[in-house]
Amino acid sequence: MSKELLQKVLERFPEAVEESHSLHGDETVRIKPERWLAVFSFLRDHLEFDHWIDLTAVDYLGREQGLPRYEVVVHLRRMKDGGRIRVKARLSEGGPAIDSLTSLYKGAAWMERECHEMYGIVFKGNADLRPLLLYPEFKGYPLRKDYPIDKRQPRIPLLGSEERRFPKPADETAHGHDPAFSREKKQ
Amino acid sequence: MELEDKKDLESDLLEVMLGPSHPATHGTIQMRLKLDGEKVVFCDVEPGYLHRGFEKECEDHRWNQIFPYTDRLNYVSPIINNVGFAMAVEKLCDIEVPVRCQYLRVMLSEMTRITDHLTCLAAVVMELGAFTAFLYFVKARELYYNLLESVTGARLTYSWLRVGGARWDLPDGFTAKAKAAIPETRRILREIDGLFTKNRIFMDRVVNIGVISREDAISYGITGPFLRSTGVGYDVRKAHPYLVYNEFDFEIPTGQNGDSYDRYSVRMREMEQSLRIIEQAITKLPAGPVSIDDSRFTLPDKEAVYNSIEGTINHFKLVFDDIHPPPGEAYAYVEGGNGELGFYVVSDGGNKPVKCRCRPPCFPIMSAVGGIIVGHMLADIIAIFGSVNMIGGEMDR
Repeated sequence: MSKELLQKVLERFPEAVEESHSLHGDETVRIKPERWLAVFSFLRDHLEFDHWIDLTAVDYLGREQGLPRYEVVVHLRRMKDGGRIRVKARLSEGGPAIDSLTSLYKGAAWMERECHEMYGIVFKGNADLRPLLLYPEFKGYPLRKDYPIDKRQPRIPLLGSEERRFPKPADETAHGHDPAFSREKKQ
Repeated sequence: MELEDKKDLESDLLEVMLGPSHPATHGTIQMRLKLDGEKVVFCDVEPGYLHRGFEKECEDHRWNQIFPYTDRLNYVSPIINNVGFAMAVEKLCDIEVPVRCQYLRVMLSEMTRITDHLTCLAAVVMELGAFTAFLYFVKARELYYNLLESVTGARLTYSWLRVGGARWDLPDGFTAKAKAAIPETRRILREIDGLFTKNRIFMDRVVNIGVISREDAISYGITGPFLRSTGVGYDVRKAHPYLVYNEFDFEIPTGQNGDSYDRYSVRMREMEQSLRIIEQAITKLPAGPVSIDDSRFTLPDKEAVYNSIEGTINHFKLVFDDIHPPPGEAYAYVEGGNGELGFYVVSDGGNKPVKCRCRPPCFPIMSAVGGIIVGHMLADIIAIFGSVNMIGGEMDR
């Protein structure tokens, strides 16, 4: 079953497939990002891959020379015989963008949101790319390899008026004291 | 005159923030609702309050150090998470674990599946007002927590598996205790069944509430009891048998309507199937080692560590340098409490993963829940959200 499946994709998109393998029994094709939507339409409508499984990305910064940095990885499954396929596409640094799959699979919407906030990959056509797991003020893309694991985020103001909660006399703030936490105040 | 009357009745939509720490939702999640009277007309689900950066932490830790993190993904069925991650790395390394270990993994997975379902249903019925029944569920759960504690030493975060096997074997007398726990669980489940399955008050709250169609569920990528409640008999244990699941005789219960009641009923019936698997596993349990005999993956015996230079070096290498899976990628999946739990791992041949993605089963479900809730009453949210069994640790990672 497996080889036939990859063969069918290769026959239909001879120009789009960059690489295919069946390492550890996982059928995998890497395609050109321009044909992303076309390949998935074919997979869903002709090969009956109806079950959405997973979407994620991998950052290969400094690991594989000569290939673009990011890789978007999608896993699909079909209900009729349980066949599975992994489809990948490479995206280059500097504004990585790819077509959204929300028109084909409903489950893509949130996974693309997560992938967007974690890697900064733009999914063209996904109308809702607000942060999902992170908060809106978060700076940077945490799962990129050049985001240090111990990086700290800027503090965000508390809800409501900052001044009202911690009134700051002009003379103390000049010395960088926060009166709310200063020890001198207790004396 | 009539027009003016109508004008008085009309009002703006009421915006309500349900959560992130609402007593009737187990798990920190926020729902931004717009209500027309008591009817929900808009629902925006905002998860992320429990985000700990699981994937980032994995990329900074060695392979065997990740097991404690997987415990904390779904903390009501940690063994299944351990199994999922171990299987992904073993797939990468082309390891087949010993048969006894496979049986143990299956047996303990099924025990944690029971605790998972019990916790979910306990929370559902408690949030719907039946606090006493919650204690019945917890009583049954306690049996398995005690059993698992006797094996792993922990009650909640087991970290019992390793790549290539398990940390240690079962303690003496475990199978006898497990055998005794099964009829006790059945008795408690019968009591619960009598309390709820045909209970008018319970049924009024859950029948035809939170219905999802089969096509939608598949397109959203929903798996597990949520998908099976719509009548699709997809269970990883049957569709893609892993470990030794093909040696057991069990059924996949399904529902028909895809409503909250069917999800309750599927979970109730699945626990009985899990009990059957545990019974068979106890009878068939073969003797043998629990870890593979390969010094690249398994720690040597303490005797060898203290008495031979090879053993010392081997121990040192594994503790300080850990395993080195060959370069490549692998996706392994198991049937978790909520559905297909997958791990996609990428290795460059080093002792840390390049990527370790967890495909949490309740993530696709939660992406669908916002749409399911719209059109229901405010109070129905509790029944719908409860039947999802959202686990914050797994959802937000």
